[in-house]
Amino acid sequence: MVNLTINNKKVSVPEGTTILNAARSVGVHIPHLCYLKDINEIGACRLCCVDVEGEDNLVPACNNHVRDGMVIYTNTARARASRKMNLQLILSEHDCKCATCSRSGNCQLQKLANDYGIIENPYGEHLLPPKLTEWNSTFPLIRDANKCIKCMRCIQICEKVQTMNIWDLESIGSRTRVGVSNNQKIEESDCTLCGQCITHCPVGALRERNDIDQVLRAVEDPDVITAVQIAPAVRTAVGEAFGLPPSKATVNVIASMLKTIGFDYVFDTSYAADLTIMEEGTEFLHRLKKGDMAKYPMFTSCCPGWVSFINSQFPELVGQLSTAKSPQQIFGAVLKTYFAKKLDIMPERLCSVSIMPCVAKKAECMRPEMCREDGTPDVDYVLTTRELLRLIKSERISTVRVEGVPFDEIMDDYTGAGVIFGTTGGVMEAALRSAYYMVVGKNPEPDAFQEVRKNPNEKDVTWREKTFNLAGTKINIAVTSGLGNARKLCEAILAGEVKYDFVEVMACPGGCAGGGGQPIHCDDVERADERGRVLYDIDRNMPLRFCHENKAIKKLYEEELDKPFSEKAEQLLHVH
Amino acid sequence: MSRLTMESNQIQKHLDELYRNMSRRIYASPPGTCPVDISLSFLRMSHAQTCGKCTPCRVGLGRLAEMLESVLDGEADITIIDKIEKTAQAIASTADCAIGTETAKGILLGIRGFRDDYIEHITKGRCICGLKQSVACVDQCPAHVDIPGYIALVKAGLYGDAVRLIRKDNPFPSVCAYVCEHPCEDRCRRSMMDDAVNICGIKRYAVDHASTTEIPVCAEKTKKKVAIVGGGPGGLTAAYYLTIMGHSVTVYEQRHKLGGMLRYGIPDYRLPQDILDKDINHIIETGVNTKLDTTVGTDITVDELKQKYDAVYLSVGAHGDRKLGIEGEDAPNVVSAVEMLRSIGEGEKIDMHNKNVVVVGGGNVAMDATRTCLRLGAKHVTCVYRRRVEDMTALMEEIEEAKAEGVEILPLFAPARVERNKKGIATALWAQPQIISYIGSDGRAGIRKSDLDEVRIEADYIIVAIGQQSLLRPFEDHGITTKRGRIQAENSSFVEGSGNVFAGGDAVSGPATVILAVAAGKVAAANIDEFLGYNHRISVDVEIPLPDLTTSPACGRVNIKAKNIKNIEGNFELASIGMTDEECAQECSRCLRCDHFGYGGFKGGRLAEW
Repeated sequence: MVNLTINNKKVSVPEGTTILNAARSVGVHIPHLCYLKDINEIGACRLCCVDVEGEDNLVPACNNHVRDGMVIYTNTARARASRKMNLQLILSEHDCKCATCSRSGNCQLQKLANDYGIIENPYGEHLLPPKLTEWNSTFPLIRDANKCIKCMRCIQICEKVQTMNIWDLESIGSRTRVGVSNNQKIEESDCTLCGQCITHCPVGALRERNDIDQVLRAVEDPDVITAVQIAPAVRTAVGEAFGLPPSKATVNVIASMLKTIGFDYVFDTSYAADLTIMEEGTEFLHRLKKGDMAKYPMFTSCCPGWVSFINSQFPELVGQLSTAKSPQQIFGAVLKTYFAKKLDIMPERLCSVSIMPCVAKKAECMRPEMCREDGTPDVDYVLTTRELLRLIKSERISTVRVEGVPFDEIMDDYTGAGVIFGTTGGVMEAALRSAYYMVVGKNPEPDAFQEVRKNPNEKDVTWREKTFNLAGTKINIAVTSGLGNARKLCEAILAGEVKYDFVEVMACPGGCAGGGGQPIHCDDVERADERGRVLYDIDRNMPLRFCHENKAIKKLYEEELDKPFSEKAEQLLHVH
Repeated sequence: MSRLTMESNQIQKHLDELYRNMSRRIYASPPGTCPVDISLSFLRMSHAQTCGKCTPCRVGLGRLAEMLESVLDGEADITIIDKIEKTAQAIASTADCAIGTETAKGILLGIRGFRDDYIEHITKGRCICGLKQSVACVDQCPAHVDIPGYIALVKAGLYGDAVRLIRKDNPFPSVCAYVCEHPCEDRCRRSMMDDAVNICGIKRYAVDHASTTEIPVCAEKTKKKVAIVGGGPGGLTAAYYLTIMGHSVTVYEQRHKLGGMLRYGIPDYRLPQDILDKDINHIIETGVNTKLDTTVGTDITVDELKQKYDAVYLSVGAHGDRKLGIEGEDAPNVVSAVEMLRSIGEGEKIDMHNKNVVVVGGGNVAMDATRTCLRLGAKHVTCVYRRRVEDMTALMEEIEEAKAEGVEILPLFAPARVERNKKGIATALWAQPQIISYIGSDGRAGIRKSDLDEVRIEADYIIVAIGQQSLLRPFEDHGITTKRGRIQAENSSFVEGSGNVFAGGDAVSGPATVILAVAAGKVAAANIDEFLGYNHRISVDVEIPLPDLTTSPACGRVNIKAKNIKNIEGNFELASIGMTDEECAQECSRCLRCDHFGYGGFKGGRLAEW
């Protein structure tokens, strides 16, 4: 243990603790903007500089370890003055039009500027010339160079956690700014649109493309019938924005609000998750029998960030992806065929919208293989959870008074197994529950496969692996999330160091619950695990916990698709 | 009122200090700056020096600055390049004095030299040059040794770890501690404050104080065989890393001992044999096989090596000499410096007692030759050089030490002919006085014949040290392509069209330094490993101590001192004195730890493996 004093308080912390965290442990909160624990400890913003007795200069608290006997003061006259000056300098190059910023209210710079009472800035405003802020506004990820404070967090999260190195510094000197690495354009890069850079940006420099206006136009058009699906992970985070626990901000409450806004039909993507398992699970058993997994495993294909990743980083493994479409796309495909037919609606009149915890879904729905024969997409618009929250707020819906409503008929049923799709390990667990049934002919205990879940006490586990015995057939599975982990897993698989039959990958750490489209908070707390637990709680209390028991899906097969992985099902629900 | 006053200008004094800071800063320019941005800063500073009398300089430089600014802001179109060029040309032609003309020429130099970067700024609004940021010393070291890392270890008293860390990138820590030309110090950020850290001196302290370090564990045997031709620093570096990677390596050395130029070119008073042997033994003990006294070309051919081994690395150095091309040069007592130094390395000592020796040349080898001649007993050693002392390519400290030991430097004299007696023995060198002349395109001042008469310099020996070359005949005969006396190898060191031959060091680059040979060996090792179908990584388990929290105050640099040698004849003992404990501690504390502070704390701070 290292003993020191901070603002005259005695502190005793383990060796290797930074000054910042040592201070936090005794309730001294040193301000910071660039710091992101373990990922970006580079002392760039200089807001965390403190006075250390015996040192000539101020010392950044975020990247210096405590030493025995240190005497630290965080609020000396010069620490205060320099902190304020550095804040003003950052603000002088920041587009401070907070009223029109997507991050107003959860912007760390805005908060600090308010906290420090910076009403006027002696350094004026120095924004970039237009040429240096050019960006393709049709790309699902939008970057505003004039809001960037060069904290480098996006660079680091993309490099260290996702190992994609999409961001880097470009130019140098006074014109140093963050740009797409290797002087590429974003659309030329391998960006998977995981959106982790957005959720880790302290300000509004990064955001998703705003598609709310197009969605509202569809809602307002009397000739258009709107149908919206809500992804599992969305329900874990909506309450955060309204100060409600997840038990109050249920998916039925969200459904009710969407109805209030004017959507004609509201559904739960969990329905399509159940259907995905029917297809993917059957495909898996089919391919296992065929010997497709002799060398490499079958990979899940629900996560578009992961699908984009494998295409650019491990093209040799692309053939191992399940051909089943993602739940979002399966939903869209069923909506514009079966549902339209049942209600006798021309599919062209249907506008299919989805609410996703994800930015990559905005690109997934536009992929040519996700479109109908006439070229129109199965899913027309994707809104992130953040856009949904904005939409709800703009409609001035009082969250306190909303009563939940049930989902619309025909595609209304869903199971607990579909719900857990929104967290790492969930797809695998749902698949195993039904695969067991398909092989053995009877249901296992619903929680028989809970070992694939992430253990919150285990840190830095690159991937989790288990072997399950399905009536004599041994199945080796692995589950991982985060693209850096996915990369290591793919490398190990290709090198022959590990061998699995079935592998689940989600691009965002912790899965969709920690998705790049989820709400952002000022506190930099990673919420994927706690949101994921919400889904397991829902699953535990659901009357149905096996995808194959979904009544609406049973009916779909009876009436339309015959059986899982049938020719018809393959045509509609798989990519070719 | 006084008619005259003594001038004392406090402001000028402070401005001079600022200028000194600026020149130190320019000296320490970090790698990876934007050339257009630096041009603009140069332009602005120059414009501030304009007296204001003449239009082109007073107004024109301002307009140029605006144009460069618009380029940097992405607000200009491509035609601006032409406009900048024409404006700068007109300023250069019409400015009244150097303040204007030289500024404009600087801009012209840039617009021609890095036009691509101008275009990138204009069309894409970004820089193509400032993309790579690195720790300056590590970047400047050809072998990219982790310098801040080992300085931190020396500071913490962990000398063995410091040496182990150096060996991750350079298996010749001891040799380099004594004779490296230390390009690492060229851009040391500490120069912005006072002066570059004496990195080489700290390394010498480390190797002098480290106990023997363990031999690294080699990777599992691969059953691949590599032949290395030449047991100098480059060949042994490649051998060391390839052996650690698990390959079976055999070094072919034509002489009786390993070391190449380190043993047969560098005199003992600069690099004692036991210091050299320390590094070589460490390398050999990893399991490197050696075939000494074996000349490739006579004892075995390259073709045979190519067949017998999976890969071959040619690192034959530059042991041939260059001739003066003057009358009388073939006299028996006119010898090349490499030849003389080699014979000493082989144990023969020419007796120069009471002789007059003339050494021709101005490089480090010439300095080695002069100082060796003094030790062989020469009565008088004159170093004849065509240009000025400041134009000599030898390190300034080498020249100073040679002078201190009694060598007479005779600059601006070009050898004209060798005078011989009836027996054909050289008796004097006639040299033609030169006058320093115009600066050439390489930035060096040229010379031309002065109108003074030739002078006679009495000589019992004339030592020629005007350059070396590689002896490549045995390789050319077996299909290795050469051009102007150098093997044509790619950046990866692969020799195109050879099948499995790699080459590096002096034989590829021309005569260079130890650290460049080491770097070439390292590059070859990595690429040969890859060529053999592996991806072995070299790393070391050394923990780097934390830096001090803030910078130590400006402080002078500790230099290595020369020994005051009274009786130089026969004295081949080490001529320099390493740092004291106190000096080394102070020097280590001057390191700014660019691996932790600045960009190093973000990216590019440390390459843990290669």
